[in-house]
Formats: sequence, C-alpha cells, structure tokens
Amino acid sequence: MASTEEIRSGLADIVNEVAGIPADEVQLDKSFIDDLDVDSLSMVEVVVAAEETFGVKIPDDEVKNLKTVGDAVAFIESNQAA
Amino acid sequence: MAASIKTVDGARHTRILGMGSYRPSRVVPNSELVDAIQSSDEWIRTRSGIIERRFSEDHETVQMMSVESSRKALAHAEIDPAQLDCVVVATVSHLMQTPAVATLISDELGSTPAAAFDISAACAGFCHGVGLASDMVRSGSAKYVLAIGVERLSEITDPTDRGTAFIFADGAGAAVIGPSEVEGIGPVVWGADGSKYDYIRQKQSWSDVLKMEKALMPHLRMDGNPVFRWASFEMAKIASEALDRAGITVDDLDVFVPHQANMRIIDAMARTLKLPERVVIARDVAYQGNTSAASVPLAADALLRSGEAKSGDIALFVAFGAGLSYAAQVVTLP
Repeated sequence: MASTEEIRSGLADIVNEVAGIPADEVQLDKSFIDDLDVDSLSMVEVVVAAEETFGVKIPDDEVKNLKTVGDAVAFIESNQAA
Repeated sequence: MAASIKTVDGARHTRILGMGSYRPSRVVPNSELVDAIQSSDEWIRTRSGIIERRFSEDHETVQMMSVESSRKALAHAEIDPAQLDCVVVATVSHLMQTPAVATLISDELGSTPAAAFDISAACAGFCHGVGLASDMVRSGSAKYVLAIGVERLSEITDPTDRGTAFIFADGAGAAVIGPSEVEGIGPVVWGADGSKYDYIRQKQSWSDVLKMEKALMPHLRMDGNPVFRWASFEMAKIASEALDRAGITVDDLDVFVPHQANMRIIDAMARTLKLPERVVIARDVAYQGNTSAASVPLAADALLRSGEAKSGDIALFVAFGAGLSYAAQVVTLP
C-alpha cells in the first residue's frame, strides 16, 4: 500500500498531466478549485486517472467532497485495497 | 402443410452514398448568452470550446432544415427522391408528437410512399439511423434509405440554465445509404443504460406540465460532470469496439467524428484512443455548439466540404447522449 506522501506525489503528477499545474504546487492544504485552478471537468479527469493509478473507486457523489489535495489523498488512502 | 413464407435478398455491402447538412442562419456568439447565466466568453470557451453556435429563425423548422440537408445529400448521392424506400429521422426537438415528422419530410422531398418514421435516441440518434439504414439495405427491406439527424434545441433550452444554455444549438444533417460493391459501413456497436436516465432529460413530462399553474416549456436538464466522465472514458471504449468489429485499428483511420458535445470530451476521447496525429478530428462544436442528433452529420459534412476529409476516407462515428444511449460505427466517407 502506498504511503500518504507517495499518494500525494502520484496525485501531483496526475494534476500536472491533466491541468498543467507544476507538481510541487500540489500540496495537501491546497484547494483544487481555488488554489490550483483545476476546474470541475479537469477534476473529473484527475479522478479517473487516480482511480487507475491507485486502484480505488471514487464515485460521482464523492467527487464534490474532495475539495483539497489532502481530502483526495485521505480518501484514496482509506479506500485502497488492503 | 402450411405455406412457406418467402424471403428476399438484400445487398451484400452498403455504404453512405451522399451527405448534406443545413446550418441555421442566426449566428449566436457567447457574448449574447453570458448575461442570463452570469458567465463570460472565456468561461464558456474554457469549459466547452464553444465560440459561437447557430439558432434557427422561425422559418427554419425541423422539417425545413431536414428537407434542405436531405436535398444536398440526395444530390451528392445522385439519387432521385422517388428512389428512396425509407426515411428515418432522428430528433428529440420536433414539438409535434404525432405523426412522425419523417412523413412530412418524405412527402415534401417527393419520396412518398417510402416508409417514414422518427427515432428517439437523442444525441446518438443519427448513428442509430445509419445502423438501421444499413441493416435495411442489407436485409432487402429497402434499397435506398435517407437517415436524418435534426434538432432545434434552442426551443427547449432554458437560457438561464448555467449547465446547458451555452451548449445546445440547432441544425440538420442527412445521409443517403444504399448498396455498394465493397463494404462501406462497419458493424454498429450500440447500447443504452436506463439506470442513468436522469443524467440528461426533459425536466417535466407533458402531463406534469399540464398540472402547473402556468404551463411552461419543459426544458432539457443535464448533470454535466457525471455525463462528462461517462462520455470521455466509457465512450472511448465503445469507439474502440467499433474499430475492432470493423477489423481495423487507429492506424487505418483517416477521420474521427465524435458527437460534438464539448471540446473537452473530444480531446479526452482522442487522448484515450491514442489517435495518431494524422487522423483528422472533427471540432465543429466550436462554431456549431452541441446539436444532438445533427452533430455527427454536420461535422462530417463540414470536413468533406472544407477538404480536410475526402471521399473514400475511413471515418469513425461515435455518438452518445440522453438515455443514456450510444452508437458507433466505422464508415467510408462518400
């Protein structure tokens, strides 16, 4: 299972690829929409890529609760297959 | 002994013989729509890639736009309207429920007594029509079939709805399908998932409208994000399957004509499919908006007219929308 930092770093690479945000700006306290300027459609692409990378299911209803990078990392961490 | 029922032979191969389209006269830039949805030109362009769209004037009815696009398709195919055996019209925005608008279109074209009926498969309607038409020719129930995709969505779109007002638009496109020496229409890959019925739909049923204190047009509504996810990723798989069933790969493909829903969906699908750079991708949504059933024939016809695509090119059609329903096929462009 990936550690918190491994998940953050993997997610940062995905955000970089989808939205062109420098990976080192993707820190736990950052809001996707307000700080990183990731719009709702890019967020969907990030979620789909994260599902593949981390082997988790992130339902449509859950996506709106993932406001910060920390929210997403925590969700992935607690839903990864043991 | 009971009498035996005879069968008829159809054509071994089918193809699209001609295409035509009709773009309504009124050009509507983003600036005309932004006040009602407290948005901006930049926001609309970033979210959808749409720069402008066409809305029909009063005289540009579903019937009129269909007839205009069909005459061009028939001329392109060099087929006389009287030779048509069937007229199939895909639309969700002909606001006269019965009889089918296909009967009026066929009669105005001069195709009576060809069979004529409408199909309701929303944005996937035209690709359903092409699939049906090809099967009719193959089975011998028709020799020449006219498949039309036509919408006047401006009439059923709420100009104050931030999720749809800048997306939907009007237009028509048509294709004549008939027998061919070599195969020109691959197997259709189609389906529907009614569990996602609520994602895109008419807000209220007509019966519920009549119960309102003041009857209002039941507009279209859409859950943008789940639809974006389904369309961008699930539909790329359907497009891939259509290639597989036609026995070709992305390396054999010349043109990709996905339903013109949103530029972001088109880009995501193209990335997922790993299309080689030389494949021409239809991006008509920028100037035409999302015209539902009309979008694939409008976009394909535009590429043929501009010379970006040419007769004989192998194209992949994939369309998807309310239902949720979808259809895809590989075709040879006329």
